[in-house]
Amino acid sequence: MAIEYYLLLAAILFGIGLTGVLMKRNALIVMMCVELMLNAANLTFLAFARQRTSVDGQAVAFFVIAVAAAEAAVGLAIVLAVYRTRGAVNVDEVRALRE
Amino acid sequence: MSATAEQVAFWILAIPLVATAAGVVVAKNPVHAAMNLVAAFFFLAGIYVLLTAHLIAFLQVLVYAGAVMVLFLFVIMLISLGDEHLLEERYRGMQLLGVVGAMGLVAVLAWAILDVARAAPGPLPADFGTVKAVGRALYTRFLLPFEATSLLLLAAIVGAVVVAKERI
Repeated sequence: MAIEYYLLLAAILFGIGLTGVLMKRNALIVMMCVELMLNAANLTFLAFARQRTSVDGQAVAFFVIAVAAAEAAVGLAIVLAVYRTRGAVNVDEVRALRE
Repeated sequence: MSATAEQVAFWILAIPLVATAAGVVVAKNPVHAAMNLVAAFFFLAGIYVLLTAHLIAFLQVLVYAGAVMVLFLFVIMLISLGDEHLLEERYRGMQLLGVVGAMGLVAVLAWAILDVARAAPGPLPADFGTVKAVGRALYTRFLLPFEATSLLLLAAIVGAVVVAKERI
């Protein structure tokens, strides 16, 4: 089975994630959509690793998972801190860096 | 043309994957979105197995469907917005423009992907995608990024605690 199916699936997943990031206003759901986009990138890496018969793509996918875990931890901590100080998880209401 | 086992498994996994991923975007309640995301991660792990990436599929379930989603659910519960706080989405011009842009990006990507050589992938070595093969790559050619990742995770742990804790 040629990898173009996997690549198209990854493109669709990335589009769904991007749509969510641009459309949703709840910061938590925006972060979930970012995770979806990272997974789409991972799928592309693995598809090309299969095509080229090289485990390098899988090693990179491993790093993507590690970075995504770090991103989720710090991002959720920021959402929590913003909720404590502003009482909001709406990305439209949180636009100032200080005050 | 008869469908191979891989094609059947691909469609069985891909269709619910896209449906659950769309569910993340459509859901109003963050808990529903998180549940859809867990399901999407499991289907994605199945797709990874089809690509003979067994270690990555295992990590996907362990790290994403396990650790990251527990983190998300903890934060959702900590914030615990009532029903009156469910943000009703107002679709304004800018957001619709963004959606159109996302669709355009998918179209461009699909056009580029269909340009990629369509040769079926060649035969694989027996240990492709196993812990042994990926581990050998990680501990030789990718040793420096691998060690840098441990520093990144340490920084993320400390950063998350510093940012989220009220008083240290």
